[in-house]
Amino acid sequence: MMTNSGARLTQGQFSFLPDLTDQQITAQINYALEHGWAIGVEYTDDPHPRNTYWDMYGNPMFDLKDPAGILREINECRKAYPRHYIRVTAFDAARGWETPRMSYIVNRPPVEPGFSLVREERDGRAIRYTLRSYAVDKPEGERY
Amino acid sequence: MSNVRPISTPETPAAKRYKAGVLRYVEMGYWQPDYRPLETDLVVLFRITPQAGVDPEEAAAAVAGESSTATWTVVWTDRLTACELYRAKAYKVEAVPNTGPGTKTEQQYFAWIAYDLDLFEEGSIANLTASIIGNVFGFKAIKALRLEDMRVPVAYLKTFQGPATGIVVERERLDKFGRPLLGATTKPKLGLSGRNYGRVVYEALKGGLDFVKDDENINSQPFMGWRDRFLYCMEAVNRASAATGEVKGHYLNVTAGTMEDMYERAEFARSLGSVIIMIDLVIGYTAIQSMAKWARRNDMILHLHRAGNSTYSRQKNHGMNFRVICKWMRMAGVDHIHAGTVVGKLEGDPLMIKGFYDTLREPRTPASLEHGLFFDQDWASLRKVMPVASGGIHAGQMHQLIHYLGEDVVLQFGGGTIGHPMGIQAGATANRVALEAMIMARNEGRDYLHEGPQILKDAARWCAPLRAAIDTWGEVSFNYESTDTADFVPTATASA
Repeated sequence: MMTNSGARLTQGQFSFLPDLTDQQITAQINYALEHGWAIGVEYTDDPHPRNTYWDMYGNPMFDLKDPAGILREINECRKAYPRHYIRVTAFDAARGWETPRMSYIVNRPPVEPGFSLVREERDGRAIRYTLRSYAVDKPEGERY
Repeated sequence: MSNVRPISTPETPAAKRYKAGVLRYVEMGYWQPDYRPLETDLVVLFRITPQAGVDPEEAAAAVAGESSTATWTVVWTDRLTACELYRAKAYKVEAVPNTGPGTKTEQQYFAWIAYDLDLFEEGSIANLTASIIGNVFGFKAIKALRLEDMRVPVAYLKTFQGPATGIVVERERLDKFGRPLLGATTKPKLGLSGRNYGRVVYEALKGGLDFVKDDENINSQPFMGWRDRFLYCMEAVNRASAATGEVKGHYLNVTAGTMEDMYERAEFARSLGSVIIMIDLVIGYTAIQSMAKWARRNDMILHLHRAGNSTYSRQKNHGMNFRVICKWMRMAGVDHIHAGTVVGKLEGDPLMIKGFYDTLREPRTPASLEHGLFFDQDWASLRKVMPVASGGIHAGQMHQLIHYLGEDVVLQFGGGTIGHPMGIQAGATANRVALEAMIMARNEGRDYLHEGPQILKDAARWCAPLRAAIDTWGEVSFNYESTDTADFVPTATASA
């Protein structure tokens, strides 16, 4: 079990707050749409902080401007992967940004075992650190 | 027998101009009221307090002269050069509003001076500053002089690397989007051993901060050598990363007495896996540019502490405005710079600070007198610098901080984290909960600036650490008048 505040993975914008309701998710979708950002839904069962490429639940929804429709996609992803981490990311295509502008978690596995820290002792007192999710001992898709 | 003999020359205008002797600067070509700056000119705005009896045009011409080609007397060797090109040209002076007779301040003038691009070496802040702030600030004909702003031509900007990492890539590397980053400076700043120091880092990061920071004067002292500090801090960073699943960092200050020492420290930080290193402004412009190049080569974020800047940026009549430092540091290539808090314990007028933040973050800053920006500045796609707000701020001000500073900023709550009554982790958690609650409310379209205290109270109902933070510091504020304020109010009339 994770021992940090909230005993949970704290990636994303809102992980220190109670889980978002559908209404709260919709408000955040609206904020992204008002800025012209495209929303993507991504899931993973390898939450290593440097695992950049979570799997996409379809391409970012460049042409879908209806918050209810976007929420439906999010909820379908949750139904398909109820024990995965799922995040909502808003992509900004404007010059000078061209990068995610929002990212927040909307689904988590029921139990979050967290990470071990592997220390490889090197020359002098230097240590090379490796972070390893306890969950990745099992193959993809069978982790939570 | 002397081989120098007087030459009889015809009295042409040029011969008259270059006759040995002393001329007023306005007569030497440094005052050209009809001049229109070229796109490729560097244009500088100075605030001048002339000595009694020196008229403003002569004072402006003197500043132009002494910051470019002039010396105190006529020299014939000018005629071996394209001297008219190399002369800086003062082309406009204006009385500064609310100075002079009937006010509390002696008469000051704004002077606009244009410099040809060929006066400056490419990619060198040292060369640029050797001209612009070199000899001229000690010149006797002016009582005081302040460098207020500078329009850097795109052609010159393109010779600079710019920020090693920039806001966009920093966020992608850290995997943190859509909210300010949170930091804290380890306290007490001096005296902790490496082992004890790392404890503070671990607690703060595990509790919810993204970064912890060395202070500007933590280098390698008897109580803690730099290698110990780096080793213990990286243990703390990695432990906290494992405990939270987030990328975490500690700004390891590599400031040292020589470049060789700084490179050694930076290499060690990299070998231990640190994502970020830190330098102090006092290491100098060339050293900063060297470290920025090192940081770009080594995928390292480069944090700059503006140690020393207030010695020349705070007083309004002499020195230089901090917005110029912001410009030079964006060119020099740092990724973070302390740029004021508005609401904290250190100097900062809200309008002026917006000018600094825009200068660091925007692709283009239009002239805006109420923000102290005198020129349109196109940043030529130089990356964006992340401003850092640090000094006397706490969770109870979160709504004001986000309102004034936006989301691309590092908010550093040192005392507000480490001094928390329930401990350092709780202090960090209070700050993170306050931040996320406020960003959520902002995104929901709430009037978070006015509802801020209520939004924090609502979050404090389920978050005991935030409740304790508000109870402890809720009423603390630093309401002193700023010394560095705008000369103009938004309507571009003189300010009171």
